[in-house]
Amino acid sequence: MAANSSSDRQRAAQQRLQIIAGHLQRPTNYQPDITAAECKAQEGNPNVSNEERTVPRRRQDIMKWNGWGYSDSRFLFNKKGQAEFTGKRYRLSGMIIPGLKDWMEGTFGASLQHKAPATPILNSTAVQPATINEAFVEEVKATTIPFSVEAEDRVFRAHGHCLHEIFALREGKIGRVPDMVVWPSCHSDVVKIVELASKHNVCLIPYGGGTSVSSALECPPEETRSIVSLDTSQMNRILWIDEKNLTAHVEAGIVGQDLERLLNESGYCTGHEPDSMEFSSLGGWVATRASGMKKNIYGNIEDLVVHVKMVTPRGVIEKSCQGPRMSTGPDVHHFIMGSEGTLGVVTEVTLKIRPMPEYQKYGSVVFPNFEQGVACLREVAKQRCAPASIRLMDNEQFKFGHALKPQVSSIFTSFLDGLKKFYITKFKGFDPNRLCVATLLFEGDHEKVLQHEKQVYDIAAKFGGLAAGEDNGQRGYMLTFVIAYLRDLGMEYYVIGESFETSVPWDRVLDICRNVKARIIRECKDKGVQFPPLSTCRVTQTYDAGACVYFYFAFNYRGLSDPIHVSEQVEHAAREEILANGGSLSHHHGVGKLRKEWMRETVSDVGLGMLKSVKDYVDPNNIFGNRNLL
Amino acid sequence: LGELDILEERRQSGDLSHALRTFSPQPYKEKPPCSASDLSKRTLESQYLQYVFKEIATESSLSMEEVKEDARLLLEEMSQNLQLGFIRLMGYTLSKVFKRLYTNIYVNMEGLNMLQQAIQESPVILMPTHRSYIDFLIISYVLFTYDIPVPVIAAGLPLAGMKLVGEILRRSGAFFIRRSIGSDKLYWAVLSEYVKTIVRTGFAPLEFFVEGLRSRTLKSVPPKLGMMHMVLEPYFKGEVFDITLVPISISYDRVLEESLLAHELLGIPKPKETTKGLFKATKVLQEDYGCMHVNFGQPLSVRELCQGKINRSQYNLTPRQVKTSYLKHLVTLTVFRIQEEGSYISPWSLMACVLLQCPTSTLTERGMVWSELKDRTLWLKKLALRFGAHLRWPEQVSDQNVLLSMVALHHSIVAHKGDRVCLVREEVPIRKHRLSAEEEVNRTAVAMLMLASYRNQSLHIFLRPAMLATVIQVTKSTQRDELFTFFCFLKEILSNEFIFVPGKSTQDFEEACFLMKDCGAILFSPEEVTVTEAGQEVVSFLCAFIQPFIRSYQVMNTYVILVCYYTTNKNNISEKEFHLAVRSFVVKLILSGELQTYEALSSDIQKNVLSALRTLGSLLELEKIFTHSLLLTS
Repeated sequence: MAANSSSDRQRAAQQRLQIIAGHLQRPTNYQPDITAAECKAQEGNPNVSNEERTVPRRRQDIMKWNGWGYSDSRFLFNKKGQAEFTGKRYRLSGMIIPGLKDWMEGTFGASLQHKAPATPILNSTAVQPATINEAFVEEVKATTIPFSVEAEDRVFRAHGHCLHEIFALREGKIGRVPDMVVWPSCHSDVVKIVELASKHNVCLIPYGGGTSVSSALECPPEETRSIVSLDTSQMNRILWIDEKNLTAHVEAGIVGQDLERLLNESGYCTGHEPDSMEFSSLGGWVATRASGMKKNIYGNIEDLVVHVKMVTPRGVIEKSCQGPRMSTGPDVHHFIMGSEGTLGVVTEVTLKIRPMPEYQKYGSVVFPNFEQGVACLREVAKQRCAPASIRLMDNEQFKFGHALKPQVSSIFTSFLDGLKKFYITKFKGFDPNRLCVATLLFEGDHEKVLQHEKQVYDIAAKFGGLAAGEDNGQRGYMLTFVIAYLRDLGMEYYVIGESFETSVPWDRVLDICRNVKARIIRECKDKGVQFPPLSTCRVTQTYDAGACVYFYFAFNYRGLSDPIHVSEQVEHAAREEILANGGSLSHHHGVGKLRKEWMRETVSDVGLGMLKSVKDYVDPNNIFGNRNLL
Repeated sequence: LGELDILEERRQSGDLSHALRTFSPQPYKEKPPCSASDLSKRTLESQYLQYVFKEIATESSLSMEEVKEDARLLLEEMSQNLQLGFIRLMGYTLSKVFKRLYTNIYVNMEGLNMLQQAIQESPVILMPTHRSYIDFLIISYVLFTYDIPVPVIAAGLPLAGMKLVGEILRRSGAFFIRRSIGSDKLYWAVLSEYVKTIVRTGFAPLEFFVEGLRSRTLKSVPPKLGMMHMVLEPYFKGEVFDITLVPISISYDRVLEESLLAHELLGIPKPKETTKGLFKATKVLQEDYGCMHVNFGQPLSVRELCQGKINRSQYNLTPRQVKTSYLKHLVTLTVFRIQEEGSYISPWSLMACVLLQCPTSTLTERGMVWSELKDRTLWLKKLALRFGAHLRWPEQVSDQNVLLSMVALHHSIVAHKGDRVCLVREEVPIRKHRLSAEEEVNRTAVAMLMLASYRNQSLHIFLRPAMLATVIQVTKSTQRDELFTFFCFLKEILSNEFIFVPGKSTQDFEEACFLMKDCGAILFSPEEVTVTEAGQEVVSFLCAFIQPFIRSYQVMNTYVILVCYYTTNKNNISEKEFHLAVRSFVVKLILSGELQTYEALSSDIQKNVLSALRTLGSLLELEKIFTHSLLLTS
C-alpha cells in the first residue's frame, strides 16, 4: 500500500509538471482576429491551455461539404477494383480492403459499373439569398464578434448527418439554410448575441459539431425571420482543471477528440467517448443527453456533468455551487440536458475527470448464436461486471466486420485466420450463418484488467462463447469510426443506409432485434426495393434493467424513383416497431425534428405540457427557433 | 380454379408407396427444429409457468415441487408426440377410408402453394371449419401428400381416452384439451404456455377448430375465444414478428354424421367417443358421401389484420406474464367471414332451401312436384350466383341429372316418388304400433333439421339480403334511415344466431342493398329504397328463407315473456328445464297448426335465444322485443 501511494504521488507530481509546461507554450497558430472581442473568461483565467484547434471556422478547409468527416479520408475502389481507404488519419488509412467489393456486391447486388456520383462542388447560386436583419447585423459588427453570410459557411451549418440531408447535398439540392453564421469565442460573446437576437427578433440555431442525426439542425422551412447559426466551435478551451475535486471546466464548443487529447496531456480523461467524438462537441452532448462507449466506467453525460452554464433569452441559468448531488427540487440541469437547442446555448461545462487508465485491452468472444450472446450480456449486467465497453454484433454485422478486414501482411496471419475459422465452424460446430461476436474493451490497472477479463470470459463460456482474440475486438471498434465514411462509398454505388438506436428492457431485447430487423426487410419489400436490404443490429450498452440496441439498414435503390422517401418510410415503420416492442424513442441520438411526432405518446400529455411551459417561460418569443423536440 | 382431386392419384398408384414417400418439407426459417419432448421441457421451464407455479404454491398449501409435478402430469396428458411413422400409418389408412367414402376430394392448389410459402415465413395457424369428424385428419393428410409440414392439432380430451386410437392420434400430432377447464388456474397456465411455445418456436403449424365443437347445424358457430387468445398472444407481446392465419373451409356434399347431429339438436345426447363406437360406426362407411372440398384460404397476417386497430405499446409497462385482453374477437370474426366466402355450396343446399319453403305437411304426405322443385332450384341458382356464391355445379351433366343425383345421394332425407319428392322419416321401431302425436312430430323434425342444416350451408349468401327483405316487408317503409334502424335492430337480436363483424352494420346494410339492386329486386337512392315489380319474387323468397329463424325467435320470446310475466313463482328454472318446457310448448303449437317451422325444436336456436335475451338484458328490452315480434308476425 505504501509503495502504491508513493508512486501515485510521483505520478501526480509529473502530471502537474506537464500541465505547467503546457501553459508556458504559446499556441502555434494563434489567430488574433477570432478573439478580437476580449473574453472575460480568458481574462480571469490566465491558466488556459490554448492548443491547436481541430475545427477551424472554415470547416470546408478540412471537411467534406457533402459527406462525412475529413476531406482527405474516404473509401474508394482503386483501378484494380479493390477497396481502399485514403488519408493518414486512421488505422485503416492507406490500406487495401480486399473483401469489401464482394461483400457489397453480394449483400446489396451493387455493381462497380453502376455509379451514382455526387455533385462535385457546391453551387452558390443554388443557395437562397440570405434574409438579413440589418439592425441585428449592425450591432453584431459593433461587438466585433466574427460572422459570415457566405453561402458555403451557411450551407455547412444547415444540416446534420441524416441520410436525407447528405443525399440532398450530393444531388446539389439545398433547402432553407441559415442566413448568417456567428462565431462567439466565449460565454460573454454568447450573452451579447442572445441579447441582440432577442432585441431584433432573430432566430438563433446553436451549432456544435454538426453530427446530429435527428434533423435537429435543419432550418424550419416555415421560419420567416432571419436565421442565425451560432457556431460554438471556437469556444474550445479548457478553462481550468481542478485536481482536488477531479473536475475540469471546459468551454462547450470543444470537440471530443480535442477534449480528450488536451486532458490526456495533463494525465486525465473524461472517458466520454461517443462514436462521433472526433467531431461532436461537449455542448452538443449536453444538449442531446449523449452516451459514451465507455459509460460502464465513466457514466453517461448526465453522470459526468457537475455544473452547466446556459445562456437563454431570459438570462443565464446555472447552479450556485458544485455539490456532487443536491436535493433542491427537480434538477435544473435536466431542463438543460436534452433541450436540443430549444432553450438556449450551453457555453461552459464542469465535467468530472479521471486519471488516465494504466492499461487498456481489447477482446472478443464468438457465440454460436445471437440468443446466447444476449443471454451472456444479460448475465454480465446482472453481475455488474461489464467491462468499459461490451457490444454484441449480430451475424450480419459480424460478416460486415469481416469484409472490412484489411489485407494481411504475412502468410502466417492468414494461415492463423484460416485455422481459427476452421476451429470455430468445423471443430466447435458453429454455424457461420448464425454465429455472432461480442467485442470487449477493458480498462484500468494491469492486474485488475486481467482479473476482470477472466471473470467476463468465464461467464461467456457458460453461454457457449469462445474467446476470439484482441484483433477482432479492436476491429469491431474501428468499424464505428469508419461506418459513416462507408455510407458515402455506398452512395456512390446506389446504396443508401441509415442507423438508429433505442433502449429496451432485457426481456425484450431479443424480440425487438428480431422484429425490427424483420420489419425493415418487409417494409423494403413492400416499398419495391429490388434486392433484400441489409438489416442488422448490435447491442451496444448494458444497464441493470436493459440495454441499448443499434440498428443499421441499407439497400440498393436502383429502380426506385424516390429512394429517400422509401428510406424514410422504412425508418418510420422501424421506429413504430421499436415503440410497439417496448423500446424507447431514443437512447442517445435525441428527438430533433425526426422523431418529434412520437413525443406526446412518449412522455404523456402532461409531460409534454411541462416541457412546453418551460419553453414558454424561458424563450417566449421562440428565439431558439429550431423547433426540435416539442 | 386450379383444383386437384387428390383421390384420383390415389386410385391410380399404390397407397403404400404414397405412405412411404420421401417427406422433407421446408420448415419455418427462424428456428432450428426441436423435438416434442424439448417442447414440453421448454414449456415447463418457461418464465411464465415458473411465475404461476410460485403464485399457486403461495395460494395453496402445496410446495413448489408438488405444483411443478402436477403441471408435468397435466402436460403429459396434454402433449402431442408427432412422429413421422405414425403420419405414414395414418396416410395409409386414410387413403383406404377416403377412397371408400368419397368420389372426389378437391383441394385448391393455389391456396396450398400460398400455405407452403407462409409456413417458411412465420408461425402458421390452420383454422378449418368443423362440420364432421372427418375434418380432424384431412388437413394432415393433404399436407403430408404435398410435402408440407404436418400440423399439431388441438383435440378434445375424450378422444385421448379412446383405446389405441388416442395414442395413434397423439402420435399423429394431436394434443388434448379438457372440455371443461373452468377456473383451474394451473391447467389454463400449462395449456396456454404449451400453445404459446408451439407458436413461438414455430414447432409445426398449429391446427385448431375455432368453433370448438362441431357445428351441429352446419353453419358457423360463435368462436371459442380462449384458444384464439393463446395463439395470438405471442404476436401482441412481440415474441414473434407475425403470425399467419390460414382459414380452411371443408365442405361436404353429404355429412357423415348428419342424422346423429339432428338427433342431438332434438335433445338426444351424442354417443361417447369410444374405440368400440368407432368400429360400430364402420357401417356408415358403406355409403357414398359424394365430394369433399378442402379450400385453403388466403393466408392472413395477424400483423396486417391488427394494423391501426391495436396499440401494442400498451403492453410495454407490464411484465410479460401479466394477462391482457386483445382484439381476438375481431380477428376471429374476420376469419369466419373469409371462411364462409371461401366455402363451396352444393346444388343440394339450394334444393334444401327450396324444399324448406314448401309446407311440411305437403312434404311428408304427397311430396313436392319434381318440376316445381327443379325450376325453383334453377331460379335460385341464378340468384345465388348473382350474390357471388361459390357454387359446385357439375358442368358436363344436365341440370335434371345433377338434381337427381343429389336426391339419390341424400336418400336418407328425401325420396323420389313418381313425379314428386317427399321427405323420408325415420323408420318406426317394429315393436311400437302407434306413435304418439309428439313422437310423430319428432320423426318429422329429424328430417326437417337435417334439411335445415344443408340450407345453412348457403346461409352466408342470402343472410344479409334476407334481413333487408324482411325489414322492407315488415316496416312497409321506403325510407332508408328507417330501414337501416330496423336492420340494425334485427341484427342485434340475431347476433347470437349468425356471425356479424361488430361495428360493421353500415357495411352489412350497404352490402345487402347492393346485392338486391344488382339482381334487379330494388332501386335505391340516398334516401329511399323501393322494391321493383320484378323484385317481388326475390323479396318473398328471401323473407321465407329467414322466416324459420324469426318465427322460432318469436315463439320463444312469447314463451319467455309468458313465463316471466304471468307465472311469477317460476323465476328460476334451469336451462335443461327450459329446453324441455320450450320443446313441449313448441310441439303443441306445431300440432295445433299455429307454427309451421320445426326449427324451433332445435336446441341450438333455443340456446341462442337465451343468450340473446341475456345480452339484451332487462325486461324493458323484453317488452320492446315483444312489441316488435308482434310487428313481425303481421
